Amino acid sequence: MASNSACVRFLLNGDVVEVAAPDPHLTLLEWLREERRLTGSKEGCAEGDCGACTVVLGERSRDAGGRDRVALAPINACLRLLPTLDGKAVFTVEGLRSVGGALHPTQQALVDRHASQCGFCTPGFVMALFALFKTSPTPSRDEACVALAGNLCRCTGYRPILDAAQTMYQYDGAGARSEHERWLFTPATADAPPLPGESELAARLAALARDDALAYESADAAFIAPRSVAELASAVLATPEAWILGGGTDVGLWITKALQRSRRIISTGEVAALREVSDDGATLCIGAAVPLEEAFRALNRHYPELASVWTRFASVPIRSSGTLGGNVANGSPIGDSMPALIALGAAVVLRRGEHTRTLPLEALYLDYRKQAREPGEWIEAIVVPIRADASTRRVAAYKNARRNEQDISAVFLAIALDLHAGRIDGARVACGGMAGVPKRATHVERALNGADWNEATIRSAMRAMADDFTPLDDLRASAEHRLRVARNLLLRFWHEQDDRNVEARVF
Amino acid sequence: MTTALASQHATAGLGSLNHESAHLHVTGAALYTDDVAAPRGALSAALGHAPITHGALHAVDLAAVRAAPGVVAVLTAADVPAVNNFGSVRLDDPLLAAERIDYHGQPVFMVVAQSHTAARRAARLARWRCAAQPPILSIDAALAAKSYVLDPLVAGQGDPDRALAQAPHRLRGSTRHGGQDHFYLEGQVALATPLEDGQAFVQCSTQHPTEVQHIVARALGIPDACVRVECRRMGGGFGGKESQPAQFAALAAIAAAKLGVAVKLRLDRDDDMIITGKRHPFQFDYDVGYDGHGRIVGADLMLASDCGYSTDLSAAVNARAVCHVDNAYFLEHVRIRNFACRTHKASNTAFRGFGGPQGIYLIEHIMDEIAHALGLDPLDVRRANFYGVGERDVTPYGQRVEDNLLPALVPELERRSDYRARRAALRAQNATSPIVKRGIALTPVKFGISFNATHLNQAGALVNIYADGSILVNHGGTEMGQGLFTKVQQVVAAELGVRVSRVRVCATDTSKVPNTSATAASSGSDLNGMAARDACLQLKARLAGFAAAQWAVPTERVHLVADGIEAVTHDGVRHRWSFAELAHAAWFHRISLSAQGFYRTPKIHWNAQTFKGHPFYYFAYGAACAQVAIDTLTGEMKVERVDILHDVGSSLNPALDRGQIEGAFVQGMGWLTSEALVWLDDGRLATHAPSTYKIPTAADAPSVWNVALVENSPNREDTIFHSKAVGEPPLMLAFSVLHAIRDAVSAAADYRVVAPLAAPATPEAILTAVIAAREQAGFGAP
Repeated sequence: MASNSACVRFLLNGDVVEVAAPDPHLTLLEWLREERRLTGSKEGCAEGDCGACTVVLGERSRDAGGRDRVALAPINACLRLLPTLDGKAVFTVEGLRSVGGALHPTQQALVDRHASQCGFCTPGFVMALFALFKTSPTPSRDEACVALAGNLCRCTGYRPILDAAQTMYQYDGAGARSEHERWLFTPATADAPPLPGESELAARLAALARDDALAYESADAAFIAPRSVAELASAVLATPEAWILGGGTDVGLWITKALQRSRRIISTGEVAALREVSDDGATLCIGAAVPLEEAFRALNRHYPELASVWTRFASVPIRSSGTLGGNVANGSPIGDSMPALIALGAAVVLRRGEHTRTLPLEALYLDYRKQAREPGEWIEAIVVPIRADASTRRVAAYKNARRNEQDISAVFLAIALDLHAGRIDGARVACGGMAGVPKRATHVERALNGADWNEATIRSAMRAMADDFTPLDDLRASAEHRLRVARNLLLRFWHEQDDRNVEARVF
Repeated sequence: MTTALASQHATAGLGSLNHESAHLHVTGAALYTDDVAAPRGALSAALGHAPITHGALHAVDLAAVRAAPGVVAVLTAADVPAVNNFGSVRLDDPLLAAERIDYHGQPVFMVVAQSHTAARRAARLARWRCAAQPPILSIDAALAAKSYVLDPLVAGQGDPDRALAQAPHRLRGSTRHGGQDHFYLEGQVALATPLEDGQAFVQCSTQHPTEVQHIVARALGIPDACVRVECRRMGGGFGGKESQPAQFAALAAIAAAKLGVAVKLRLDRDDDMIITGKRHPFQFDYDVGYDGHGRIVGADLMLASDCGYSTDLSAAVNARAVCHVDNAYFLEHVRIRNFACRTHKASNTAFRGFGGPQGIYLIEHIMDEIAHALGLDPLDVRRANFYGVGERDVTPYGQRVEDNLLPALVPELERRSDYRARRAALRAQNATSPIVKRGIALTPVKFGISFNATHLNQAGALVNIYADGSILVNHGGTEMGQGLFTKVQQVVAAELGVRVSRVRVCATDTSKVPNTSATAASSGSDLNGMAARDACLQLKARLAGFAAAQWAVPTERVHLVADGIEAVTHDGVRHRWSFAELAHAAWFHRISLSAQGFYRTPKIHWNAQTFKGHPFYYFAYGAACAQVAIDTLTGEMKVERVDILHDVGSSLNPALDRGQIEGAFVQGMGWLTSEALVWLDDGRLATHAPSTYKIPTAADAPSVWNVALVENSPNREDTIFHSKAVGEPPLMLAFSVLHAIRDAVSAAADYRVVAPLAAPATPEAILTAVIAAREQAGFGAP
C-alpha cells in the first residue's frame, strides 16, 4: 500500500482504517465514539486517571530471537492523539470477542466472577486485563494491582476483578476460530515463539509502515511526525512555538481540559533514534521518546531499589504512552522522574538545530515552569551514570501521596550516597513537591557528606531540610506535612539501610 | 385461587445468577445514555458558570459565546418557558441562575453547539459583571450566622438532663467528618428529543425518572403526560442521580423544545464535580454520661450538616442522620439537636446511606472515646450498649427494635475474625515496632429500611407475556449496577415458574409505570420486586383459571412449574403445556397477558413534626472487623485484613449481594480515608477530577477479605421472598477501618491517649494525629 503523507493508517481490531488528515487535536476516544460509533470505550474523566477509555496499542517489535512480534500495551484513548496511531494496531473492547460470539477469556472471567456492576468502567478493565493476559504469564495479586492501578471502579470494591485477573488464565480459549482469534485468546507464555496470528499481524503492520513522514495540514492546524533527529530539529527550529508531542499524557490535557489548540504539533514518537536506550556499562542513555515503562525497566537493571517507586508513577497506561523525555521536559515540580534522576546524577542532552549541549538535569530547572532551554531547543536524551559498586552506592526513592496508587506526589524524595567504612560521601538528595521545581537538597547533602553513618547524622540532615525547602500549602498537602514527611523519609532511609529488623514502611 | 399458586414459587430462579447485563458490560455493548445513537442533527450543550461564589449577578455578556465556532444557541434563565427551578422539595434550585450566585460553579447559561467540544470552548468566553459578597463556607460560619435551610429541630426521648447530671462518668467533645463526591464513572447526562405537539422524550442517567419527568414538564409548562423519560442503565448513581439529573434533563429539554432538534447535555468530569452536590459533611458536639461498663445513661448530641446553598433532599438526609445516631445502641435518655446549615457550596444531596453514615459516625466515635476513657476494649463498650431483645429496645424515634440480630451476629464475627487474640497480639507487637503500628476494630451496623417519608414507599410494575411465551417486565426501579433488574428478573421467573432467560427486564420508562419513587433508600428490590410479584400473581391466577377451564379441572389442580403449566385430573390424567403453548393458547382465547402490579410497604408511619413513628419496615444488620497498619513516619495506611458478616435475610442473589457489600465497604472506606474534598478560601472546589480526588483503587481493597452472609436468617417481615435490602447498610461497615486506624494512632502513643483523628483519615491527617497524640502523651518525635 502506498503511503500517503496526509492519511493516518492503522489497524483497528485487525482491520485497516484510513483517516484522511484528521484534526491533529482529535483524540482516539473522540474518534472511536463520535466518528466510528464504537461506544464501548468510555469517557470517565478525559485526563487519563480513571481508565474507562483504556484500549490496547500494538506496535511492531523484535524479540531476542530476532522474530517479528507485536508488543502490546494499554493506553488511555482519551489522551492519545489520533495521528500518533499511524502504522500501529489498536484493540478496543469491541474487538476481543470471537466472530462466532465466544467471549475472550478476560471477558468470560469477569462475567463468571460477577466483576461488573454498573459496567461503565468494565470495558477499561477488560482492556487492562487483556494487556496483562498477553504480557504476563502468571501475575500475582500485587502484580494485578499494579496492572489495574489506572482503572477506577466505584461499584465492586475490586475483589472480583482481582479474582478474574487470576482466573482468566484458566480458560481454554476454545471459542477462537481464526489464527487472529487464537492469538488473542492465548495468554502470554515466557519465551514461546509467536503464534501464526501474531506473525500475521506483525506482517500487516510492516505493510503499513511508511518511508516518508506523516505530515499534513488540517483546517487550522498541522501535524508532523518526523522520522529522524535532523528532521525533528529543523521542524522545531522552523516553528519554535509548535507543540512538541511525546506520549501526549500532558499535551492531551491541554486539549481535553484547557481546550487549547496549536497551529502545529510535532510528534517525537516516530524518530527511531529517540526511542533507543543504549548502555555502555558506564552510562545509560535514554532517548527522549522512550516510553516511561521502558525507561524504568532500563533503570531498574542498574538501580533495582527504584523499581517499587516506579510502580507508583501514574499507571501502566500512562507509563506506556508517556515518555521519560516528556516528563523531564514538562519539568513539573511534582513530576516523579526528575528527583530520582537528579539524585542519580543524570544529565540531559539538549538540541537546537545542529547544536547540542549537555546540562546536569538540576540545571535545567530555573524556576516554576521556567527552564534553561532556549526557544527551539528540545530534549534529545537523558544520560544516567551507572554506579560502579551497588554495595557502596546506596540509592532509594520514596513517594508520599494521598493514595498509594496513581496519585500525584505530595512529596517525592530520592537519595543516593556512597558509604565507605562508615562514612558518607557523594550524597545527592533531591525532592519533588517541595519547591517550584524538582530540586536538590544541598544543605541536606552537606550535612551528610563527610559525616559518619549514624542516626545523629541523619537527624542533622533532617534538620537541614528546612534550609533547603520552604514548601507550599496546596490541595494535596500542607507545607508542614511536606517538610515533616521529607525529613522522615531520611529516617526511613536510615532504618532501611541499616536496621533490617525494624519494619519501616507499610508500602 | 392465588393462594394455591402463591406457595408454588420455585426458588429455582433464585441464586447467584449473573448480572443480566454482564455479557454486555464486558463487550462494550451495554448502552449508556451517551452511547445511544442520537437523532439526526442532534446538538451538544455545555454549561457556563459565574466566576464568583456568592453575590449579585449584574450582567453577563454572551456576545463572544454566541460568535464562537459551532455555536447554535445560548440559553439563559429568560429562555426557560415556565418554571426555572428543579427543586423537588422546595423551589430554591434555579435551573439557570438569574440575579444571584450562590455557589462557585452554579450554571448561569447553556451553550448549544455542533459538538461537545465546541460547546465547552464557547462556554468559557462569557464576560461577567458581578458584585461578590463574602460567602459562608463552613458549618461554624453558618451556625454563627444562623444560616439554615431548615428550622433547627430537637428530637429524642427520656430525660437527658437528669440522666447526665446523675451519670457516674461524663464526657464532652466535638468531632466532624468530610463530604464525599459520588464519583459515578458515568457523569450526568441527558438527551432530549422534541416530539410532535410539544411533547418531549428524555433519555437520562437518573435514579428517579418520574421526578425528571415532572420537573421537565414543569419547566416546559406542559402536562406530565407529555413527557416521557427513559433510563436503561446508569454508570453508577450512589444517590448522585436521585434529585440532580432533573436539572440537566430539563435544560436539555428546554433547548430541544426551543430549537426543534435533539440536544444532549453531558457534563465533563470537572463540571460534574463542580456543579453537583456531595455527601453532607457534618460536625458534632456531644455530652454523654455513662457507667463503669461504658453503658450510656444519658446523651445530649448536636448534629450540624453542611447542606450547601439549597434545600434539595437535606431535610430527609438530616432526618435519617438523626434516626441513625443510635446505630446499634439503646439511648434511653437522649436529646438530639439538628442544624441543617446553608452555605455557599453546591447543594449537598443523597449519597448511599443518606445521613445514616453521618449519624452513625458520631455514636461510633463516642463509643471509642468512652472505651478509651475507661480503659476498656471498645468492642465491650459497644456490646454493653447494644439494643436488647425484648427489653431496652426503643429507638429515640419511638420504634421498637424487634428483629435485633446483633447479639448473635457480633459474637459470631468476633469468633470468626479471632478478634480478641489478634488484638492482644497486635498490642504486643506494637510495643516493639517503633515505626509501623497496627490497629484493629470491630464495629456493628443497624440500618433502617424504608424511606422515612411514608408516601414514597410504593412501587409499580408492568409484566407483559407475549404470545410466544417471552416475558417483558417494566418496573419503577432503575438499574445503576446494583443488579435490581437481575433480581426482578429472578422474582418474575420464580413466581411464574419459567426459566430466567424467558424474562427480559427493559428500560425504566415513565410511560409504562407512572408515579414511581426514586431507586433509593436501598428499597429497589423490596418495592419493585413485590410490585412485579403482584403482577405475576395476577397473571398466574388468570392463566391457571384459563388452563383449568380448558382442561376441565379445578383450578387448585393447576400448577405453573418447570417452564410450563400442568394439571392432573382426579382420575390421574396429566395435562401439560409448555409456557409458550400456554401463552399462545391464552392469547388465542382472548385472555389478557398483561398485568400491572403495585405494592405499598405495610406497617410504617412517620410524624415529621414530633419525630416519632415507625419509619422503618425492618432493620438490616452487619458487622466488620478491620486490621490496619500505619506508617508513623509518613502517615500512610494499609488495610491488612477485613472480616465481614452481613445480614441480607434470605438472599435473592448471593453473588449480587456480596458485590453490594464489598462495593459499599470500599466506598465507605474511601469516604473515611483517602477521599478529601478541598475548597479554596474563595469557595472554589480544588478537587474536581480524579487527578486530585482519590477514590480507592484495586490495591486499596483489603488483601485478606472474608465476607459472609448471615445464614438461615430470613427477614421476619413479609418482604420479597424474605430478603433484605442491601444497597446502603454495608457502607457503614467501613467504620471498622476508621476505628482500626484510631487504634493504631493511639498505639503510637502507647495507648495513653485517644486518637485525635477524624475522617477523612488521609496520610496527612494520620501523621498529624500521631504527632499530636505523642505530644499529648509526653513523647518526642519518632
